[in-house]
Amino acid sequence: MTSATRAVSLDKPAGLPLAPIFAAALKHGLLLLFAAIILLPFVWMILAAVKDPADIFSDPFSIDPAKMRTAEHFGKALSAAPMGLFMLNSLIVVVGVLSVQLVTSIGAAYALAQMKFRGQALLFGLVLFALCIPVQVPALPMYIALAKLGLLNSYFALMFPWFFSAFAIFLFRQHFRTFPQEIINAARIDGFTEIEIVLRLIVPSALPAIAAFSVFSVTAHWNDLYWPLIVVNVTDRMTAPLGLLNFQSAEGVSYGPLMAAATIITLPLICVFLLARRCFVEGVTMTGVK
Amino acid sequence: MSAFATSGDFSEDHRVRQKADGINTAYLFALPAATLLAIVVLAPIGIVIGLSFSDYSLGATDWSLVGIRNYANLAHDRSFLNALSNTALYVFVVVSGSVLLGLLLAILVHGTGRMRRVYEVIFFLPVASTLVALGLVWKFMLHSRVGPVNELIAALGFQRIDFFNNPSIAVFALAAIGVWHLVGFNMILFLAGLTGIPRDLYQAAAVDGADGFWDRLFRVTWPMLGPTTIFVTITSTITAFQVFDTVAVITHGGPAGSTEVILHQLYQASFQYFETGYASALTVFFLIIMMAISAVQIFAARGVHYS
Repeated sequence: MTSATRAVSLDKPAGLPLAPIFAAALKHGLLLLFAAIILLPFVWMILAAVKDPADIFSDPFSIDPAKMRTAEHFGKALSAAPMGLFMLNSLIVVVGVLSVQLVTSIGAAYALAQMKFRGQALLFGLVLFALCIPVQVPALPMYIALAKLGLLNSYFALMFPWFFSAFAIFLFRQHFRTFPQEIINAARIDGFTEIEIVLRLIVPSALPAIAAFSVFSVTAHWNDLYWPLIVVNVTDRMTAPLGLLNFQSAEGVSYGPLMAAATIITLPLICVFLLARRCFVEGVTMTGVK
Repeated sequence: MSAFATSGDFSEDHRVRQKADGINTAYLFALPAATLLAIVVLAPIGIVIGLSFSDYSLGATDWSLVGIRNYANLAHDRSFLNALSNTALYVFVVVSGSVLLGLLLAILVHGTGRMRRVYEVIFFLPVASTLVALGLVWKFMLHSRVGPVNELIAALGFQRIDFFNNPSIAVFALAAIGVWHLVGFNMILFLAGLTGIPRDLYQAAAVDGADGFWDRLFRVTWPMLGPTTIFVTITSTITAFQVFDTVAVITHGGPAGSTEVILHQLYQASFQYFETGYASALTVFFLIIMMAISAVQIFAARGVHYS
């Protein structure tokens, strides 16, 4: 539509009004300016991670091997921090959280959407209530309980509050409700158990929603700082953001290795975003919560 | 279970048993999530409300109920009132900045043809990145001596700005990072809203004489984006209220308490000073704010459906 209009206006003979051209130039100028501001921290992070700090200003875009500190910076980030371990911890946490979330939420969402039981309305009401409770509200009692049980500094403590996801239940219920009741009834008559119905009919039909939620969940828990900061204070169990925060406050750390560590943490999600752009945007925006 | 069996009609034994099976499976499906809901949401909220009326502190052997003393302390606590006003200022700047810029970017990006995809990717990049890491990068970039932003300011002949050590500037520097982080998210939501505006409306407006850029913006685009704007404003408010990462990475509440915000104070009271009673009252206050924003959202959504 727009390209067609533009083609038409370009075909006009000489003497065309300057205003549209000027407006288009202004538009792209503004967009490029904003894009530059948005990209600046990423560019700076990578430059500072690969080059000698003293060299960034004098010669920001040279790739003279003698002035590159890439190996040194990344080596320090991986050995002194240790970023590899933090990344592994984060991976364990996001995979563990997502697996449990999917199992519990798909079950509950199916019960709420396609079955009838006493207390159904109450359960759904409580899910809606839980939807607007951020983790900072139940954090204190949960911390006390985990401390009393001696479970601090464990993977379990890192994952536990997230095993329940009101958002997943709500989202999946909305999708499962659109599945035709007649097909489910027919499957029941054919002798399908409820679990078979869920695994063979419902889940395949809701795969886009499940994929979008998975992206949301992985992003949220990869990036989370608040909860890991509370329940973990030993290096062995630190997640990537917590490890980076800890690395920053260590004595005598210069910006080169820090920026290398920041790059290492940021890269996986950016890759997911660039590879599965549509799914990523859907997953993150349908929540309204980052 | 037994109560159910006795209430059943024996003449319809078969039907009842089938129904009973259905009920059992439904409970089986819902039980894990319902149990977790009780353990990680409902029980903690009950406990935190109870603790807010006590003088409990972690590790103490005896404690007693103190009525509303924690809340009374909160109302007179300078540091709490300071955190509240800092948070309000931060929320105001981030919400207005990210909503207006998000709208502007959406209008500019909408209809840029082939370049649209590229702009979308670039503006969404901060949303996809870890704020702790990029907060650290911003701290470096805005550093008074070695940061590139101050290099630029100095090169242009101006006085260097000590963004994070100047009490009257620090909260705005954090808010700028907040806007940077949120603007692409809001742009995507506005773009979805823009795509939903029927083209006929612009044609109809043109027939009525509204065909300039500003006419179209104020008579068609802006009114049609009303519901989207309300939604974006509310989600931005919720996000901005929960500011924590950048404070924890960059300022720790300083300088001179000028960037102390609700969640950072809550974190410190709960897990660094272990003032459990006080922290619980603070948590309840935070819960009430979150519920109030959600209530506004539900109310606004109803209004939208009505129109």
